[in-house]
Amino acid sequence: MTLWRIPLDSDEIEVPRGEVYILADRCKGCGYCIEFCPKKVLQFSKEFNAKGYHPPEVAKEEECVNCHFCEIICPEFAIYSVEVQTGES
Amino acid sequence: MSKSAKGSHHPLDDLLRTDRIPHIWCPGCGIGTAFSACLMAMKASGIDLERTAMVSGIGCSGRGAGYVKLDSYHTTHGRAIPFATGMKLARPELNVVVFSGDGDLFAIGGNHFIHAARRNVDLTVVCVNNLNYGMTGGQVAATTPSGSKTTTTPVGNPEAPFNLPLLAFASGATYVSRWTILHSRELTESIEEGLVKKGFSFIEVLAPCPVNYGRRNRQRPMDTLRAYQEKSIIMNDADPTRLQIDFDRAIILGKFVDTERPTCVESYDRTCRPPMEPADEEKAA
Repeated sequence: MTLWRIPLDSDEIEVPRGEVYILADRCKGCGYCIEFCPKKVLQFSKEFNAKGYHPPEVAKEEECVNCHFCEIICPEFAIYSVEVQTGES
Repeated sequence: MSKSAKGSHHPLDDLLRTDRIPHIWCPGCGIGTAFSACLMAMKASGIDLERTAMVSGIGCSGRGAGYVKLDSYHTTHGRAIPFATGMKLARPELNVVVFSGDGDLFAIGGNHFIHAARRNVDLTVVCVNNLNYGMTGGQVAATTPSGSKTTTTPVGNPEAPFNLPLLAFASGATYVSRWTILHSRELTESIEEGLVKKGFSFIEVLAPCPVNYGRRNRQRPMDTLRAYQEKSIIMNDADPTRLQIDFDRAIILGKFVDTERPTCVESYDRTCRPPMEPADEEKAA
């Protein structure tokens, strides 16, 4: 996201970090999580799952901000994210 | 790399019959998202899930009752609301959620819907509107937009579709909203409000049907979601008469009605079981 100015409290705000978990064998490859991830963290993997679809894989692990959008848009209950404790707070 | 997630559990797994997952819904179908929003709302609302029942009718969305690990009923076609009404009258302490499709609730079950809304039965009705009869092969439904192609209208639908929020409002529903599966955060909040609210709550969810509706209208699932993103306008408290679905113009989303009215059970008790007068109580004793 581009900002037209840096927010005044930007040094106080801690951006959460998330870790994406993918239940590959539930995926049917609709691609909604990949398309609508606001940080474009995910991409289609080259491997097939048990049903013959390409599940997503994490491309930019450090970009995930744990917004859970992949989790709530997924029609298959196949992806979710968990907050990573950075240890700073 | 992501964790392979072996042995880990999805946050909704405790509400799912995981032995039946993966579900039957096609790749790109929106029912799964609507269903997951419904489960998330149930969890977030803090209602007693031991005293919650899900009722669905027949159709793709009707399978919902079979996947939820709560008391659930998979009823006859169009009769989800009568079953739910009966359950609510017999056990008023239950939270009853009706999760079904547009064909089930508004075509074969249309009369039941309007009368449950008129009586203001305390139900939460989540209607997944995929604009056609998906399970039987994509025939024209009461909600198919004018001009859309289906198996039974190969040159375009000549009829006008139902405006579901207007129908619910005119029948007397006390909570009416419409969202799409792309607006799933708002959808979850809306279902949660409907669950907590006393009275008849109706939530319409627009969902893509890529295999039967999308394919005949040259829409890939991603195109449908893009249309939801580009064509939708969020307008809370919009005039219900303006909510006709027309993808050439705009689809209005939002919460349209949120009012209070005595529920079916309350009015019944007030009229037919009035509190006894002291004199009558003495006689009864």
